[in-house]
Parts: sequence; structure tokens; C-alpha cells
Amino acid sequence: MEKILVGLKRVVDYNVRVRVKSDGSGVDTDGVKMSINPFDEIALEEALRIRERGEAKEVIVVSIGTSEAQQQLRTGLAMGADRAILVESTTAVDPLTSAKMFLKLIEKENPDLVILGKQAIDNDNIQTGQMLAALWGRPQATFASELVFDGNRAKVTREVDIGLETIEIDLPAVITADLRLNEPRYVKLPDIMKAKKKPLEQISAADLAVATVNALVESAYEPPQQRQKGIMVSDVPELVAALKDKGLV
Amino acid sequence: MSKVLVIAEHDGNKLNASTAKCVACASGIPDSEIHVVIFASAGEKLAADAAGLASVDKVMYVDNSSNEHALAAVLAPQIVSLAGDYTHIFGPSTTFGKDLMPRVAALLDVNQISDVMEVIGSHSFKRPIYAGNAILTVEAPEGTAVVATVRTASYRAVGNGGAAPVEQITVSADLPQHTRFVSLQAGKSDRPDLQTASKVVSGGRALASSENFEIIFRLAEALGAGVGASRAAVDAGYVPNELQVGQTGKIIAPDLYIAIGISGAIQHLTGIKDAGTIVAINKDADAPIFDVADIGLVGDLFKIIPELEKAIRS
Ligand SMILES: Cc1cc2nc3c(=O)[nH]c(=O)nc-3n(C[C@H](O)[C@H](O)[C@H](O)COP(=O)(O)OP(=O)(O)OC[C@H]3O[C@@H](n4cnc5c(N)ncnc54)[C@H](O)[C@@H]3O)c2cc1C
Repeated sequence: MEKILVGLKRVVDYNVRVRVKSDGSGVDTDGVKMSINPFDEIALEEALRIRERGEAKEVIVVSIGTSEAQQQLRTGLAMGADRAILVESTTAVDPLTSAKMFLKLIEKENPDLVILGKQAIDNDNIQTGQMLAALWGRPQATFASELVFDGNRAKVTREVDIGLETIEIDLPAVITADLRLNEPRYVKLPDIMKAKKKPLEQISAADLAVATVNALVESAYEPPQQRQKGIMVSDVPELVAALKDKGLV
Repeated sequence: MSKVLVIAEHDGNKLNASTAKCVACASGIPDSEIHVVIFASAGEKLAADAAGLASVDKVMYVDNSSNEHALAAVLAPQIVSLAGDYTHIFGPSTTFGKDLMPRVAALLDVNQISDVMEVIGSHSFKRPIYAGNAILTVEAPEGTAVVATVRTASYRAVGNGGAAPVEQITVSADLPQHTRFVSLQAGKSDRPDLQTASKVVSGGRALASSENFEIIFRLAEALGAGVGASRAAVDAGYVPNELQVGQTGKIIAPDLYIAIGISGAIQHLTGIKDAGTIVAINKDADAPIFDVADIGLVGDLFKIIPELEKAIRS
């Protein structure tokens, strides 16, 4: 393989407990910690391992987002990506539009493989990889937990509801990473320094000339119904009695 | 008037319960006609089962050996060729639907609404975002198909008693050869299914080994419950991946959920928000799981669980 393209989305860190703004206009992201979407980090780690095994030559990280997403791209470069592309957009980009933007980059870069995270933990949409594969007319292997390459093909094990499914796909293709694909490496300080010198190309979303169509309108945000703290019991007989009370045993 | 096409999920022999839940969601769309389509290698019996679901107006099935195993790249063009005048195309928010429906949406050049938890109107829906920490209302544009996945934990399966007409149909679509099924390693099926079980017992990192996890299986057996696990327990290899409950595992809504040695991380809680009664057993009185538990018991699970199993069996 020559090139692998990896998507890195900047999202609210998974440790932050997100709250809805009191006026219902959105969620409060002021001053909260932002990180690479955890699944995208796994996607990048996998691409790096493929390159380190000598099965690919170049790993390119791509982010579609505000100029602040440069931070996440720099982290990706520090992890080991060769270069980065930021598609700069001041407004949120929906999955269909993102997929179309990735497709434009694919037309330019001709990667053999695109690896994205299976979902972004902000909108939990689980769509972009599948949409990209559809528009590209290429295979998709979502929720991947193991990849094995054999020339122009890949065998991908997928985490599905009833267990593990293995499919074989022809390359080029889109793969989306699940949690157990690998454990991403930690970034070391010297790598952060080195990453500052790696190329980070910035293009404006407008330059890709992708029109947003059939947008969904986000009309209201509300907090979820909270569960109430219940009772504490002190031993097993009390627990069984409480369950009996509710008719559960 | 809305016309909803529901994509059935099945394993070749049986409809998955998610299908009846999608129908339940679709029936919440005002003034809707509901069609179910089955893609299989031999779909006649599955179609008859779907025809028996309440609220279904028509069932279609497409027999093709290429449809023996559900591959999104193979199914999506067939669904698109049927899309015609349907106002809505629904699939379940299971790994089957999550894989398939965005591929359909992209081919129709529409965005997808993921995880519908409430239908407000024909083009207005509620869905969870940020691991369920916020609920978003979205409006889909009129004039294009609404492609959506249905958050199955938010719906009760429709009952039987339907008698919809069944039609075998053929579709003309170019089916790609670039994606091939190789194998499926399915979990044990001698236990109640995690996604539909009315009771679920879950174990976490505290179990510390797959041998120890046996006490969870034994308690579940005593209760007639399904078994689940936290991500930490799955990552550590105590149990297989299909048992993971949470944001990135299964979202479930049993009447009774017993969390044992699970701390209650947001990502785990997302999976059990709709459970009837949550019981937490944890040695740390400050564990966040107790904030959402209806019944809490502080203590060492290795003492409590065998005792609880005994008490339930007697
Ligand atoms: C992107 C992302 C997605 C994730 N998705 C999921 C998901 O889908 N599902 C999920 O579960 N997690 C998920 N996680 C992980 C989640 O954040 C937590 O790390 C995980 O849920 C912790 O599992 P645990 O509660 O078993 O382990 P821990 O947090 O380590 O908790 C173990 C608990 O056991 C208790 N304990 C220890 N010994 C005993 C004993 N002898 N008796 C009684 N209690 C004892 C401890 O007090 C502690 O509360 C995700 C994380 C990320 C970043």
C-alpha cells in the first residue's frame, strides 16, 4: 500500500460530563477539554502499525473542523503520522457533507485505505465511514477489531451484536475502528517537538466546493431524564426482600 | 400520509426482535402505512412471520443467494432501488442497521437520523447525543426520504395478530463483488439474549478473571437472566465482546439490571438508562453507579454473589 488516510475529529474529551445549556440552544463546550475522538485515535494507531510493519508507506491525518483542530492534527503527527490536512470550517459539518469532503481528498490523494473511527463520541452518529464508502463505491468494514492484509485484499473481523464476523474486502476500502482494534500509543515529548516540523496543509472547506444538501435542523436540546438515587440495603436478605417487593424475583 | 419501509433484521431463520421494535417506532408516525422488506436467501417463512406483526400493512421479500449474509454494500443498492415513493426508510440501531442505513442514506443523498428515541411528527424526532447526556430534537427536510435508525431500547416490540399480504419481489440493482462474507463466530445461545432479556446481570473489572466471572453466569442462571459486562471486563478478556453494555456496546432496557463490580462510568450508564430497576453491588460506597441505582448494596461481591444466588435458588 502507498497511502492510508485517517480521520481525526476534535471532540469534547470522553471524561467530561457534558451539560445542556440552560437556554436549550446547545451543549456547553466553553472551556472544556477537547481531544481526538477516541475511536479516531485507534484508527490512527492501526494505520501507524500497518506502516511500521512495512505494509504501507505514508499515513495522512485529516480533520474537518475549526482551526483549533490543528491541535488534534499535531497530536496525530506526534503519534507518527507523516503529514496532516485540515479542512477548515467555522461551522459544524454533518456526516454526509464530511463524507463528500473526504471523497474530494480521496480523489486528490488516491489512498489505498481510509480508516475512520466507528463513531464520534459527540454526536454519536455512526455514519461518516459508511457514507464515504457508499459515495466512493468501495467496500466498508465497520466496527473492526482485527485487520489482516493480503495483497490487494483485507480480512476484517467486525464486532457485531451476536459475536465476531469476518469479511473479506478488496482495496481500496473504508474501515471503521472499534475499541478493541488496538491500544493507542502514548505520545512522547521528543515526538511532539518533531511533529512541529511535519507538514500541516490548511484548506478551506469552501475550496472543496461541496454543497451541504438536505441538512437536518437541530431545533432543541434538552437534558435527559435523570434517574433518581434509590435505597441502600445492608445485606443479601434485605436485597432479596426489596426485589420481592418489586415482583422481580 | 407517510409510507414507511422497514428493513427487517434476521439471521436467516428468525426475525430479530429489533424488527418489531422498528415497526413500533414507525407506527408512531401519524397516518402511516408500514411495509417491511426482507432480504434473504430464502425469505418466505421470515416474510410470513413479519406479516403477523401488528401494524404492518405489507411484507415484501427478495430471495437472492447474495443476501444470505447481510452485507451493507450488497443490501444498500437493493434498498435504494425500492426507495421509490417511500417517505421513510427505517432500520434498527443494532450493528446490522448501524452498518447498513448510512450507506443507504448516502446513496439517496440524505443525512441519516441515528437512534430515534421518540417520534414527534412525521419529520421531527428526538435522539440522544453525547452518550445520552443531551437529547436533541431534529427536523428532517420535507420532500426527501427520511432515513433513520431506531433506538430499539426506546420501543416495545409490536405484538402479533397482524395479517399483512406478502409479496415476493425482485429488484434490479448492481450488486458489488468487492465485499465477501467469510465467517461468523457467534456467542453461546443457551442463555437469554442480552438485547431482549427482561433481566440482566452484568459484571465488571472487579471480577478479575474469566474463571471468577462464572459466579455472574451462575447468578444469571438462577434468575433466568441474560449476562452483560462492562467494557473493562470485555477488554480484559473475561467475556466476549458481544456482552458489552454501554455507549459503544449494547443499549438495553431490561426490567431488572444488576451491576456487579461496575463503577458506573458515563459510557456504561448510557447503555442502561431505560432499565426498570437497577441494582448495584460494589465495595466502594462512593461509586457513581449508586447515584443511579434503585437498590444499592455495598460490599465484597465475592461474598455477596454466592449468597445471593443461594437465596434466589431457595
Ligand atoms: C470511547 C469510549 C467508549 C466506551 N464505551 C464503553 C461501553 O460501551 N461500556 C462500558 O462499560 N464502558 C465503556 N467505556 C469505558 C468506561 O469509561 C469505563 O472505563 C468502564 O466502564 C469501566 O468498567 P468497570 O466499571 O468494570 O471498571 P472500573 O471502573 O475499574 O470499576 C470497577 C468497580 O469494581 C468495584 N470493585 C472492585 N472490587 C470489588 C469487589 N471485590 N466487590 C465489589 N466491588 C468491587 C470497584 O469499587 C469499582 O467501582 C468506554 C470508554 C471510552 C473512552
